[in-house]
Amino acid sequence: MPVQILMPALSPTMTEGKLARWLKAEGDAVKSGDVLAEIETDKATMEMEAVEEGVLGKILIAAGSEGVAVNTPIALLLEEGEDAAALDNVLDTFTPKSVPVNHDHAAPSPQSLCAPEPVAIPEEKVYGKTVRQTVREALRDAMAEEMRRDPAVFLMGEEVAQYQGAYKVSQGLLDEFGAERVIDTPITEMGFAGLGVGAAYGGLKPIIEFMTFNFSMQAIDHIINSAAKTLYMGGGQLPSSIVFRGPNGAASRVGAQHSQCYASWYAHCPGLKVVAPYSAADAKGLLKAAIRDPNPVVVLENELMYGQSFDVPEDPDFIIPIGKAKIERAGHSVTLTAFSRMVGVALEAAEVLAKDGIAVEVINLRSIRPLDVDCIVGSVKKTNRLVTLEEGWPYAGIGSEIASVINEQAFDWLDAPVTRVCGKDVPMPYAANLERLALPQIEDVVAAVKAVCYR
Amino acid sequence: MATARRRSRADAPAVTDAELIGYYRDMLLIRRFEEKAGQLYGMGLINGFCHLYIGQEAVVVGMQSAISNARDSVITSYRDHGHMLACGMDAKGVMAELTGRAGGYSKGKGGSMHMFSREKKFYGGHGIVGAQVPLGTGLAFAHKYSQDGGVCLCYLGDGAVNQGQVYESFNMAGLWKLPVVYVIENNKYAMGTSIERASAGTELCRRGVAYNIPGVAVDGMDVLAVKAAGEEAVARARAGDGPTILEMKTYRYRGHSMSDPAKYRSKEEVAKMREQHDPIDQLRKALTDKGLVTEDSLKEIDRAVKAIVTEAADFATTSPEPDPSELWTDVLMA
Repeated sequence: MPVQILMPALSPTMTEGKLARWLKAEGDAVKSGDVLAEIETDKATMEMEAVEEGVLGKILIAAGSEGVAVNTPIALLLEEGEDAAALDNVLDTFTPKSVPVNHDHAAPSPQSLCAPEPVAIPEEKVYGKTVRQTVREALRDAMAEEMRRDPAVFLMGEEVAQYQGAYKVSQGLLDEFGAERVIDTPITEMGFAGLGVGAAYGGLKPIIEFMTFNFSMQAIDHIINSAAKTLYMGGGQLPSSIVFRGPNGAASRVGAQHSQCYASWYAHCPGLKVVAPYSAADAKGLLKAAIRDPNPVVVLENELMYGQSFDVPEDPDFIIPIGKAKIERAGHSVTLTAFSRMVGVALEAAEVLAKDGIAVEVINLRSIRPLDVDCIVGSVKKTNRLVTLEEGWPYAGIGSEIASVINEQAFDWLDAPVTRVCGKDVPMPYAANLERLALPQIEDVVAAVKAVCYR
Repeated sequence: MATARRRSRADAPAVTDAELIGYYRDMLLIRRFEEKAGQLYGMGLINGFCHLYIGQEAVVVGMQSAISNARDSVITSYRDHGHMLACGMDAKGVMAELTGRAGGYSKGKGGSMHMFSREKKFYGGHGIVGAQVPLGTGLAFAHKYSQDGGVCLCYLGDGAVNQGQVYESFNMAGLWKLPVVYVIENNKYAMGTSIERASAGTELCRRGVAYNIPGVAVDGMDVLAVKAAGEEAVARARAGDGPTILEMKTYRYRGHSMSDPAKYRSKEEVAKMREQHDPIDQLRKALTDKGLVTEDSLKEIDRAVKAIVTEAADFATTSPEPDPSELWTDVLMA
């Protein structure tokens, strides 16, 4: 049977084209790679190459023909050993193989627009005895314990080893684990973030420290494109168990390029988990969970919190499941969500408001993605009011996401509009007074809570 | 110390007759596979981006012959179908990924540029130009950390060599003596921009000089020259002496992607490469001259290769689209 040569689609958008010129004539021998014809597409004139070998038996569409639909037979090719008589035996014209189309719509998970969790998030356990620790020590202990537990875990970043950490978070780790596992890098964020992801492909469990998350913008392509998307793109073939950690958000008087919250940036992306600890217990429990997680996890710390002390469970198995928020203060008047350093601001505001008889329920989100929607919705159904608090910018921020979720899942329970308290929508100023104005203050939170209480 | 030199056929290693015939078959399989992919694209069965490897087959076949598939890892950019076949990945699974079907390596969720096989130690398939270079350097880091004796072959193009992250990687690989071989496939054009228009220094083998990484320019149209250079570089990496840059002088016959009319180069230039330097023709002639093949045995190889490609195309056009429930799977590991 002669082989039908079909009008090709030579661009992703081409549906028809002009057969400009034949470069082979009937009777010409054709081998694979020979240019058969020139075709004008919607974008350019392209050469059409032969795939099969044989003799050009018959031209079906003459040169100069316009509007030739893709997949129209344009010529017949005689295969080796066939003679021209075979051309008369082409009975059926080509019909493209029907693609087994599967158009049924997959139902999204019923409660959320977000991809469902592959397994249920475990309940948080209750741990006994605690010890007083700074956030800095808790983070260090989390890494040390996980490095003792799993030889595949290593720490890499700028100044993490000999300098003991730019903010002294990795103090003592070089001494205990050696230079093979606590690795000073050159100043090369894109390079070492990508190297870390490659090492995760290779089966290791890297902890990549950014001196601050501001510098992770140099590396964001590897966090999103190389780490977060690869499991999906490969149909589940290639996980990346990797932690990206470091201080996030505004420190103090360091200007716009060094004062930014990345929660919304990273939480936007499926395939990533994002956590933002507040207390030392959060820091230890969440970082341990992040290191053990088989997925890429972004751990957003806060420089101003490193020196603050909290009670941390002593239990060596202490861990906080990613995806579980914590009610830091119970109340019935208003729900107030916050994460990272802003939890402290929320608690102080709640104290002020208590004096006015407003009982604020403060939720420490801890996980930004996955978000503990059940916890927030449950609280709002009790208080009927919600204020969200974050240091980051309002536009497409975490408060916006929470407001949408409440709109979708607890609209009928609301007695007031969901209200956001955010960083001001400007690059962070340097001047002390302006910096203070740009960041949420206790009085901003108090005012917002009173507003949703119509007081 | 950093050197840049040229390699020719004279350094070619000893290979058995069966290996030579195997290289011919492997190169032919890649070519026929890519031609078929081009045809399926023309029929609307493959969509989006599709970057064909036709013309460059000697690079990947020669390099893969220089490594141990059991322990060495491979990573490349988006012009990756040839690398997958050379790594021993199944032609059916690769073609079915191109058609976006459930039988594809990525269940139809990745496409031409995004396929992986941990079993074959093929780590992609990366669509961001240059991104595979730090990733490959990380695979090499993992080999060294785990002391598994493995080496990473990290392929990149002449377009990628002007990305900053490539030099961040060279620096760390040189500094830490990581077991990696950077294989620059210099096909002279980064999409439509010739190397002369893109690079202040066009001797790409010298790009590691500042990092004390030796570089070698290799005739990338000669599978034996590639193999010889590859074996030396892999041995160096395995011995703990660090990375090597191999600049493979090669050529792609087709456009950058399927919709590229390739107006940035002359027809004569393409024809000259095809007629005088084609890697498959060159090896066929060598095999014929040595009396290792006959007209009939070559036809037999042709038939066998064609059968694999036809079977792959049939599989890729009859495998169903992924089940809609697959939309929500593989976002996160359990």
